[in-house]
Amino acid sequence: MFEQSISTLAKQLKNKDISSVELTQAFLKRISTLDSQLNSYITVSDELALQQAKAADALLQNGQGTSLTGIPVAHKDLFCTQGTLTTCGSKMLNNFIPPYESTVTSRIQQAGAVMLGKTNMDEFAMGSSNENSFYGAVKNPWNLTAVPGGSSGGSAAAIAAGLAVAATGTDTGGSIRQPASFCGITGLKPTYGRVSRFGMIAYASSLDQGGPMAKSAEDCAHLMQAMAGFDEKDSTSSEIASEDYLANINAPLAGLKIGLPKEYFGDGLDAQVAETIMNAVKEFEKLGAIVKEISLPNLQLSIPSYYVIAPSEASSNLSRFDGVRFGHRCDDPKDLLDMYMRSRAEGFGQEVQKRIMVGTYALSEGYYDAYYLKAQKIRRLIKEDFVNALNEVDVIMGPVAPTTAFELGSKTNDPVAMYLEDIYTLSVNLAGIPAMSVPAGFVNNMPVGLQIMGNYFAEAKLLNVAHQYQQHTDWHLQTPEMAKGA
Amino acid sequence: MSINKQDVQKIAHLARLALTEEDADQYQNSLSSVLSLVEQMQSIDTDGVEPLSNPLEMTQRLRDDVVTEDNQRDAFLANAPQSEAGLFLVPKVID
Amino acid sequence: MNWEVVIGLEIHTQLTTKSKLFSGAAVGFGAEANTQTTLVDLGMPGALPVFNKEALRMAVMFGHAVNAEIGMTSVFARKNYFYPDLPKGYQTSQMDHPIVGEGYLDVTLDDGTTSRVGITRAHLEEDAGKSLHEDFQGMTGIDLNRSSTPLLEIVSEPDIRSAKEAVAYVKMIHSIVTYLGICDGNMAEGSMRCDINLSLRPKGQKEYGTRTEIKNVNSFRFIEKAIYTEIERQMDILEDGGRIIQETRLYDPEKNETRSMRSKEDANDYRYFPCPDLLPIVLTQDYVDEIKSTLPELPSQKAKRFQEEHKLSEYDAGVLSSSRAMADYFENANKIAKDAKLTANWVMGELSKQLNQEQLEINQAPVSAENFGQLLIRIKDNTINGKTAKDVFQGMWQGEGSADEIIEAKGLKQVTDTGAIEAMIQEILDANTAQVEQYRAAEPDKQKKMIGFFVGQVMKASQGKANPGIVNPILAKMLKG
Repeated sequence: MFEQSISTLAKQLKNKDISSVELTQAFLKRISTLDSQLNSYITVSDELALQQAKAADALLQNGQGTSLTGIPVAHKDLFCTQGTLTTCGSKMLNNFIPPYESTVTSRIQQAGAVMLGKTNMDEFAMGSSNENSFYGAVKNPWNLTAVPGGSSGGSAAAIAAGLAVAATGTDTGGSIRQPASFCGITGLKPTYGRVSRFGMIAYASSLDQGGPMAKSAEDCAHLMQAMAGFDEKDSTSSEIASEDYLANINAPLAGLKIGLPKEYFGDGLDAQVAETIMNAVKEFEKLGAIVKEISLPNLQLSIPSYYVIAPSEASSNLSRFDGVRFGHRCDDPKDLLDMYMRSRAEGFGQEVQKRIMVGTYALSEGYYDAYYLKAQKIRRLIKEDFVNALNEVDVIMGPVAPTTAFELGSKTNDPVAMYLEDIYTLSVNLAGIPAMSVPAGFVNNMPVGLQIMGNYFAEAKLLNVAHQYQQHTDWHLQTPEMAKGA
Repeated sequence: MSINKQDVQKIAHLARLALTEEDADQYQNSLSSVLSLVEQMQSIDTDGVEPLSNPLEMTQRLRDDVVTEDNQRDAFLANAPQSEAGLFLVPKVID
Repeated sequence: MNWEVVIGLEIHTQLTTKSKLFSGAAVGFGAEANTQTTLVDLGMPGALPVFNKEALRMAVMFGHAVNAEIGMTSVFARKNYFYPDLPKGYQTSQMDHPIVGEGYLDVTLDDGTTSRVGITRAHLEEDAGKSLHEDFQGMTGIDLNRSSTPLLEIVSEPDIRSAKEAVAYVKMIHSIVTYLGICDGNMAEGSMRCDINLSLRPKGQKEYGTRTEIKNVNSFRFIEKAIYTEIERQMDILEDGGRIIQETRLYDPEKNETRSMRSKEDANDYRYFPCPDLLPIVLTQDYVDEIKSTLPELPSQKAKRFQEEHKLSEYDAGVLSSSRAMADYFENANKIAKDAKLTANWVMGELSKQLNQEQLEINQAPVSAENFGQLLIRIKDNTINGKTAKDVFQGMWQGEGSADEIIEAKGLKQVTDTGAIEAMIQEILDANTAQVEQYRAAEPDKQKKMIGFFVGQVMKASQGKANPGIVNPILAKMLKG
């Protein structure tokens, strides 16, 4: 049951082979048994889940509902959920119960899904290993001494271990794709503006995008049906109508033009990961795709550009955490300044404080042009690289990360080394295009993700490409040892 | 590119983060290494390139001027560290 | 030394939208603390701003009214600083690309001279909340009802050279924004607040001196007084060979002095950058032109029309057009009375006097313009004379009824029946035979003075109701014998 797809579960629910309450109870029980090994959940909302499951069963009883009705899912803990603790992985919000609901979680709830709980994450989505959580690191289900990736590491680990059918994530610089790759699941970062950011706690507003994480592309498509679309509460939400993400998922791939950017296969890429990716590309060739080499010449500059833009926006976005209206306030402030300084220093972890300071510096008088403006100009160059490439090919493929999941603690002392690992994912956020991570094999028993990037608003195409691959491979169906038999 | 400890304290103050001497030392190192990474940007000539702040280059949508929200003060105040008489309380502000 | 005063003004006008600049919360003064707030105004995590269409329209209207370039692409930026009444830790404002660019206003002073004040820009921004310093367990209370209320900040060039000119400029802006209906102009409630940038320089010197900024002055009188006192303070320092410190100051009307606001001095590095939650506002020429076509007549245009159409003096036209409400009142009353000079005199005279006495705005007057016009008709058609009219006006003000009702009820109608007047005069002549004899014997020059006695007697006898225009010729004729 814990390995079933949404389509299968939906059919079972519809046929009343199983009730949503039974399904939900089974998942809750599994979480309580297994999650102590993973720490993938910050909050498990048993009561609410069962309540929602009952409501879903009532709908199903009347033959109503969508393919998500009654399906137990989890939400990354930066989506505000009304009445349920929302921490963003931070001590700053360890008592924050939003009186409002994010658009994403609200739409998924409207579709009838059951919320099992809120998943662990790097604090304020800043990190690539999930080690920056106030609520403790998350472990990779494939190797409990390895990281699950970040920042949506809790969602990825939970899905891989069968602790949720699917989950939401957010991706600012790779935070859906990299943990999906490390945990052997499927994740989609949609086009910027495709999924509403309303009620999503902001890290870097011009880069953040919520998206689905699940076992398969088809499951991701089910989630996108509910999540995607215009939202008048978000000024950056696109008014372009969202597609039916399932309608063309079975379209054949014959003639598909795949670009392989040579910059994605250069120094720094683990040889075995490279080989795994090339094997996946060969699989596409078998399906009739045409492969050609392309170039994204400014790829290298995406790292410095991202590490100026994201911290700059973050430094401003995180100013609202000031201990006045919500969140952590220090004990016995001696005056207003002391309250600000200590509440924020106590409430934010080191990585968050560091990025706030980088951003503050980059925006400060005398540095703005050399940092922020320069980074935005490079951002345009990076976007143009993708636009040019996607004039020639339908999709771009490459690795998600240079290696498989690394050992917990192995990179905490050299954060810049960790930043460099984001090389293959950051540029996608700077350009705003959609991209996926799809399980493509294993290196030393650790999963490897293939990244598929597409043109603006081509989510349906990406899901089609990934789904066809998954029809011919079974990498996405593998289960980690710790999750077997439980 | 490296920055000194005074710079670190100045930035921390602007960002309202209390740093101990020890923190400041550590952040001096970590900020310097991030700034060195960022320095790579100067390797490319971007003269004449328009900055890009929104990837889709969309324009602002306009909202009709109507009141759509009811008073939810109590719900919001429930999260406040300290409140009284419908107000958020903070240490005395001196103008 | 001979000093020249250099003043530039930043006027914050609160726009009269129904909802806030970036949220659907209601805008209004005096509501219970924090009841007009949404998660957007409170800066809650995950909240996002959406821009109010009406605020944009109002800003473009203002741009047209001050002959300004309209920013076809304007951009919201974040001004970052920490303050408890600033919930997000930044104010959303416009920096490099304001909605209104360069423009100007021609300001007329009391002495009739006109000077041109350049307008640098006007930009949209959100207001902050309020800190309440009453004691709450020794703490400050924060009310965020005002947070995200739309403001249009109007920035002038440093073209102003005196306190009088500054006040005339602010009054003109006040009159324009209220004419346009984009601000209620209520300075006491903070709908219009003024920051004064002031410096001195030796006459003839080109470079500006060091300036100070006096924040948040909220009445015409305080603006004038704050400028005088700050000029004096700066002059004392400069004459003693001292230097002015560039700083933010506060005007204290009770002590009539400005003092330094040290709390605002702390590290003014606002780290402006384009707000990533909002996108550039791009206007079409059609939109801009359409707003221009809906622009109401502005005060200066109205004053000109009053002179031409109603043959009013420049002064009268200026006073009557200074506020839209007063101009409307005048025009509506005149539509009934059809005598512009008479209407102007009465609006600027009795009506204004009464309003001043009771400290009311013209739109709060208990006598409508239409009823006021009816009163003026009765003066014009000789039903009542001017003196009686003042009494009738008082009655109308007290709610005793319309002009005609009061005239009828109190029997104040003038006597215009010549037969009745002749009879009345005959009675008076009969009762004062000695005076009649004297009159008849006198030189024509003296007669002119002596006739006043008889007029007085007639008025007394008629209880003021005899029409002097009818009495005088009849009396002259009958005295001749």
